Amino acid sequence: MEFFRYTKTLGFMGKSKLAMFFSIALIVSSFAILAVKGLNYGVDFAGGTIVQVKYTATAPIDAMREKLKSNETFEGASITEFGSADEVVIRMRTTTGDVVVDVGDVTRETLKGTGDFEVRRVDIVGPKVGSELKEKGIMSLVLAIAGILVYVAFRFEWRFALASVLALVHDISIAIGAIALVGLEVNLDVLAALLTILGYSLNDTIIVFDRIREGIVKGRDEEFAEVIDDSITNTLSRTALTSLTTLFVVFTLFVWGGEIIHAFAFTLLVGITIGTYSSIFVASPMLLLLGFDVKQYHVNLAEKAKREAEKEKMRNQFESGVM
Amino acid sequence: MKLNYRIVIFAVAIFFGLFFSAPSLLQTQDGKKIALGLDLQGGLHMLLGVKTEDAVASRIKSIAASIKYFTEKKEILIDGLSFDAEHISFTLLDKDDAKTIQTFLHEIKGAVVAVAGESVSLTLTSEEVIRTKEQAISQAIETIRNRLDQFGLSEPIVARQGDEKILVQLAGIKNAEDEQRARELISRAAKLELMAVDEERAGRVGNMSKSDAAAYGDVILEDVTNPNIKYLVREIPVLDGGMLTDANVGFDQNNRPLISFSLNAEGAQIFGDFTGKSVGKRLAVVLDGKVYSAPVINERIGGGNGQISGSYTVLEAKDLAIALRSGSLLAPIYVMEKRSVGPSLGADSIEASMIALLGGFGLVVVFMVVYYRMAGVIANIALFANILIIVAVMSLFGATLTLPGMAGIVLTVGMAVDANVIISERIRELLHQGVSMHKAIEDGYSNAMRAILDANITTLIAAVVLYAYGTGAIKGFAITISIGILASMLTAILGTHGIYQMLEEKMKKSKNNLFWFGIRG
Repeated sequence: MEFFRYTKTLGFMGKSKLAMFFSIALIVSSFAILAVKGLNYGVDFAGGTIVQVKYTATAPIDAMREKLKSNETFEGASITEFGSADEVVIRMRTTTGDVVVDVGDVTRETLKGTGDFEVRRVDIVGPKVGSELKEKGIMSLVLAIAGILVYVAFRFEWRFALASVLALVHDISIAIGAIALVGLEVNLDVLAALLTILGYSLNDTIIVFDRIREGIVKGRDEEFAEVIDDSITNTLSRTALTSLTTLFVVFTLFVWGGEIIHAFAFTLLVGITIGTYSSIFVASPMLLLLGFDVKQYHVNLAEKAKREAEKEKMRNQFESGVM
Repeated sequence: MKLNYRIVIFAVAIFFGLFFSAPSLLQTQDGKKIALGLDLQGGLHMLLGVKTEDAVASRIKSIAASIKYFTEKKEILIDGLSFDAEHISFTLLDKDDAKTIQTFLHEIKGAVVAVAGESVSLTLTSEEVIRTKEQAISQAIETIRNRLDQFGLSEPIVARQGDEKILVQLAGIKNAEDEQRARELISRAAKLELMAVDEERAGRVGNMSKSDAAAYGDVILEDVTNPNIKYLVREIPVLDGGMLTDANVGFDQNNRPLISFSLNAEGAQIFGDFTGKSVGKRLAVVLDGKVYSAPVINERIGGGNGQISGSYTVLEAKDLAIALRSGSLLAPIYVMEKRSVGPSLGADSIEASMIALLGGFGLVVVFMVVYYRMAGVIANIALFANILIIVAVMSLFGATLTLPGMAGIVLTVGMAVDANVIISERIRELLHQGVSMHKAIEDGYSNAMRAILDANITTLIAAVVLYAYGTGAIKGFAITISIGILASMLTAILGTHGIYQMLEEKMKKSKNNLFWFGIRG
């Protein structure tokens, strides 16, 4: 079976202006959503308490609310369904530092008489730990991007590195925008998903860049835009297939992975789609935009080769005792 | 069929994978297995903070106690002995004692002594304050570890995290009662104090306020069972639990559990001296700020043994003895982060992620065969080997599998076939150009190699950062992704290449591109 077999090069760069427009629109609306709605930080980052309760029958949310009102521990608590009708999550912004008096036990006491239930999870994140996790989270995103920037600059050229990092920032911004749009709770797992997108989107970009590098080195005297179009066309089937297989698995995670992995899978779903698009329509045109010069690159390559050859010659002379 | 070094390495890798993953997959008795994270098997994770200021305060208090004991013993008359957070002061009634008291005070470590005429003051140096705080943390870790070791759970984890946090992880807690017991044991200060009842004023305790008591150098403490019974005791204790050497559960005449303790030589000396001169008065046995009993001293008690009676169950007495034996906490601890997962939720998570793993895996495997035919079958062999190796390596290192770790494996399935997709696409490209199958394979691999390496290394960079900055369960995700990527180099690149080389003769004969690579032409 073969989905993609192009004998002709597709004109991606011709469409790059349109794509740029589309990307900018997406990013601007992401930031607008962020500005208006903001991110819904979960307990991991905002601090707070979560109690997950599972009933043997449908959870009597109204009765629960009534009961919780009687205890000041639950002031300002919200109750929401979690995955199914028998399971609910009680969320509070407050935390208690007491080791002995436990919110789980208090919940069990308070909810007595609302039916047959089990407290399945209690998460308490103190404000200090929350802000530390947030700090560390942002730090990890920045460090990962910096590490990637250095590596790509070392393996390719600085404009390749900058282009790929801009594409990454593009992907992350849009993914965060989508998270804000659906009001997904941002916890550690969403951060992990964002970092995965980073790695994944970069994978795509590097496969394309590798082809472009190959095209340049082969030294056909084409316009750079043509080299890019060739490279994207040649790698298109791989890009599509890998995205497809990865999307398969992420989709199964999304559908059958359960509520607890839902946010993670959603973020990946958006990120992988955007990451695939960006490696073709953002990272590559960015190379053009940054003014990558094929001829200059050739000159540099030739010089480098010359220096190597010179060194080699000197070494040979030295070894054979001429010098 | 012919052997080549690649297929040999691949075979060794598969053998390694089968051998070391077997204990985990088959759940055999022996052999190293993957540990399930707290989110999958249920358990308690806590990050605890230590109120280190309280440790400094109690250090001051114990210095004050020793000054009191010393002056009484040497018959030095002092007045107005008082203390606050980091500072002690008193007045000497006889200036001639200045020298003796100064020599004594100078022996106290980390304190600055100032004598101005009759008034003497003592302040802790800032180094001493830092040292005391530091000691409170390290001692808390030690103490909690000792207590949990005696609690009877398998492999409790107690470790320092960062500068001032203590990580406690208890796997396999089955019910809320066990968790409650564990939390009580951990947080119990277990601070034992023997305090003299202020007999002169004890009768008036009912209508005394806290500040009234403080004015006399006394404190009001409640009885442990009945908070309405109040005791007026001297604020500076006769002895504290620091001089305790052992604590055990015993029984009284009525067969009720009690705790008997022994003091060290110094403690026994102080205890003996005090009881000797306080016959007829009461001595309150105070644990964590509550009076357990206040027996009348009938005679001098030597030997340094005592008892704490109270109405508790045998289990409570046992936990209390553990707490006393493993030392008191110098400062109270509090919860900074707590995550507790019930076993049933863990089981649900395992089930859901197994369905996702098998579902995703199935889809990918079927797709690869339909799209690439034989090349897909070969890629799938590599994929199976990859998962085996992930499980084997994790078992070997006793790594912990968390829910995000499961997601990492699922994702690795998607990413591991990527290498084979890249290679197969390169080979197809060359075949379309009319290159021979043998050359197409060799060139395909070498063309694809650079891109795969670069792509894998950048993903590894992200995974390493995630491991370094991630906490708890997220680390598990970074681990499985990293192992998966490294394993895929062995299976998806080297392994599949070896299989092709082994099948070379057959491929040469058949020349069937459709069968081998799923393309016509």
